[in-house]
Amino acid sequence: MRAFWRWLTSMRTALLLLFLLAVAAIPGSLLPQRNLAPERVNQYLRDHPDLGPWLDRLWMFAVYSSPWFSAIYLLLFASLIGCLVPRLSQHLRALKAVPPDAPKRLDRLPQHADGLHHDGDPAAAAGAVAALLRKRRWRVAVREHPDGVTVAAEKGYVKETGNLLFHFSLLALLIGVAAGSWYGWEANRIVVAGPDYGFCDSIPQYDETALGARVGPEDLPPFCLQLDDFSVDYLDNGQPLDFAAKVTYTEGLNGAARQATIAVNDPLRLDGASVYLFGHGYAPIVRYTDRYGVSQTTVAAFLVDDDFLTSHGLAAFPDANVDPTGATPRADRAQTAFSCVYLPTVPDDVSLARSAHPAERNPALMCSAYQGDLGLDVGRAQSVYELDRRQLDSGALRQVGTETKLSSGQSWTLPDGSTMTFVGTRQWAALSVRQDPGKTTVLIGAVALLTGLLTSLTGRRRRVWARVVPDADGRSLISLGGLPRTEQASFAAEFAQLVSQLEENHGAPVRPAADVDDPGVHPGDARVRR
Amino acid sequence: MWTILGYTLAMLGYAVEYSFGAKGAVARVATAPRQRELVSVGGPERAHDPLWDDPDGAVAEPEPAVVVPVSTGEKGRRAALFGRVAVVLTVLATLTHGGVLVTRGLAAHRVPWGNMYEFVLAACFVGALSWLVVLVLRPTARLLGLFVSLAMVILLGFAMAVLHTQVAPLVPALNSYWLKIHVSAAASSSGILLMAFIPSALFLAREGWDRGKRSFPYSLGRRLPAADSLERLAFRVTVFAFPLWTFAIICGAIWAEAAWGRYWGWDPKETWSFISWVVYAGYLHARATPSVRKTTATWIAVAAWITMLINLYVINFVAVGMHSYAGV
Repeated sequence: MRAFWRWLTSMRTALLLLFLLAVAAIPGSLLPQRNLAPERVNQYLRDHPDLGPWLDRLWMFAVYSSPWFSAIYLLLFASLIGCLVPRLSQHLRALKAVPPDAPKRLDRLPQHADGLHHDGDPAAAAGAVAALLRKRRWRVAVREHPDGVTVAAEKGYVKETGNLLFHFSLLALLIGVAAGSWYGWEANRIVVAGPDYGFCDSIPQYDETALGARVGPEDLPPFCLQLDDFSVDYLDNGQPLDFAAKVTYTEGLNGAARQATIAVNDPLRLDGASVYLFGHGYAPIVRYTDRYGVSQTTVAAFLVDDDFLTSHGLAAFPDANVDPTGATPRADRAQTAFSCVYLPTVPDDVSLARSAHPAERNPALMCSAYQGDLGLDVGRAQSVYELDRRQLDSGALRQVGTETKLSSGQSWTLPDGSTMTFVGTRQWAALSVRQDPGKTTVLIGAVALLTGLLTSLTGRRRRVWARVVPDADGRSLISLGGLPRTEQASFAAEFAQLVSQLEENHGAPVRPAADVDDPGVHPGDARVRR
Repeated sequence: MWTILGYTLAMLGYAVEYSFGAKGAVARVATAPRQRELVSVGGPERAHDPLWDDPDGAVAEPEPAVVVPVSTGEKGRRAALFGRVAVVLTVLATLTHGGVLVTRGLAAHRVPWGNMYEFVLAACFVGALSWLVVLVLRPTARLLGLFVSLAMVILLGFAMAVLHTQVAPLVPALNSYWLKIHVSAAASSSGILLMAFIPSALFLAREGWDRGKRSFPYSLGRRLPAADSLERLAFRVTVFAFPLWTFAIICGAIWAEAAWGRYWGWDPKETWSFISWVVYAGYLHARATPSVRKTTATWIAVAAWITMLINLYVINFVAVGMHSYAGV
């Protein structure tokens, strides 16, 4: 156990786990992932019937929540904690520690200067040196010796502080991510523009929801929202310039109605949730007057097929063709549905069933009519954009008439005398409502991480010592030595500045340092560098 | 167009110097002590430094006295002249390169990094700038110019030939002030990391040459600056770029929260940024661990740069993700 812990917390293991983590992240970027694109996962499974199930068993379609991916990062974090805790206590001790006394030979240090004079006695001279160092925020210790006074100073603890901050903020990130996955939730809904198509924040009103492990339906904050208008600007080549969804919303149970605009990079921030704009499209309005003269209107949001908003969908009338007098038995099923493709701009070459521009410049709805049993009563989950294949295959649902192209306002009479009218369109917007309570923690963690990274990469630990001895005429002679923990040019400059400041403060003549004549031996010395 | 021509001419100049100037001044100066003082900032903390732990117990390591040979010869001087001309050409090319970006930005009325072509252009521009900065700080690094300009010509040539797109306004998803921050940070760190990759790769060549390898990639090492100084240059540049890369990822996450409703979603581009970040972090750790050899650490740095390339080229063309926009 002890050996395992030592192995786990060694730098080699940490490096190994880091690379494992990097390698383990790769398959998730190459294979479709369930949480991002479930339909592409199903497609992949259909295309690779042999390989697919095996990959699935290895969690290859949910890499980032797989046990093996989790195992790697949890081990990594265990290793990190095992390394950080001793380092933290060590650092706390170092923060309180007194800088060690000066070595015997200051002239052997990478930086040194000799022959500074001070008019006072050694204690006063040492006090002056210590004061200068303290002013420059060095940690200073003055020690009296029989032969003189030494000043020891150390600086640059911030490097290790930054280092620890960086690594602890990684833990904060992990906590934030975990909080988000437990207490976060998201829900999506397609909203057609208009006052009758608003929705309120409750599970049944959403098209799809994903709640975190610790979130229940009652945790969703109460608010209602309706789409007043959706506007888009396009270039002539069809590239959109700007999307804006104008909405009216009420917060709380009896909140006042407020207006807001949701744009692509500009979500609506509510108390306890944010509303994002993810997509948009057209919802054709179709009126159907059945053989008994009963009219119904539906606004069907169509699924977008391409960048020019060629869309397809279904206008279904399951309650149509029921004799209001009850004279004809209900068994004669004549539920009616129109499977249509909508082109906001019909191209010049009409043989192409693709829109030529996303704006409604020359709109047309191309529909096929079907009558029979739509298969809605079986209780099977069914696409709202496509007819049920099984009903078509079994013959329970049959096409009537031929495919017909309708422009806005046009009507089409089916063989049974009923008529369908393409009234026009409305816009719809795909909204996503999300809440991630962990994201503030993650943001703070990220900022702390960057701060820690910068200080640990730029911080430098270094020590300076001074030895003050009395000289022959009762004054003091100061010699200085400096030792950077890491090799660095800037320390030489800092040391030189320190020396020159001491010279200025005391106006004492400085005897040239012994090494000036011998640049090869002490290349780090400030004087040589200059 | 002129930019590439400029870099190509500069490359020729560097090549001449590189091929014929081995006996010249630059090659020798490259091993001179001047480098020690310039490259050492931010070096790794030694875990157990006898000098630090017990200053009495050790004597300051004497640096090997280096005699800078003054012997250059006519041939060497001419090669060095070519090198200087190459530097001037690099400056001119970088200026036109900047001009391309500025005119593109003016033409589009927006920041000139709104699609992949412009991203590569901007990243290479930062790469060229950081090369010039390295040159100012360390004139002796000039021998690397051949490889820097080669990389520029390849990257920009590919961008011109394959990625070029007409000036167009931004798609709405990109229309955010985060574009300025996130993408410029990402492009800059990519460009600067290119300037770290080149000395890393050349260090491996030089180091192999020093160990007696004479086959092709190692044969390049013969005329390169000392392995030690290449390695330290690479490390310093990475130390500069890594926080910038971290910043780019954080900004991307903040933007993603506003645009896509989540700060992190394992989109392929995000995943590969994460992979690069992890591998570069591994490099920094390996470099700071005394028991890990410098060559091992440098191989990690090279691997990290390859993940950056994969992220830019492979992911944009192959993977389907939310970072794909019109015109790639």
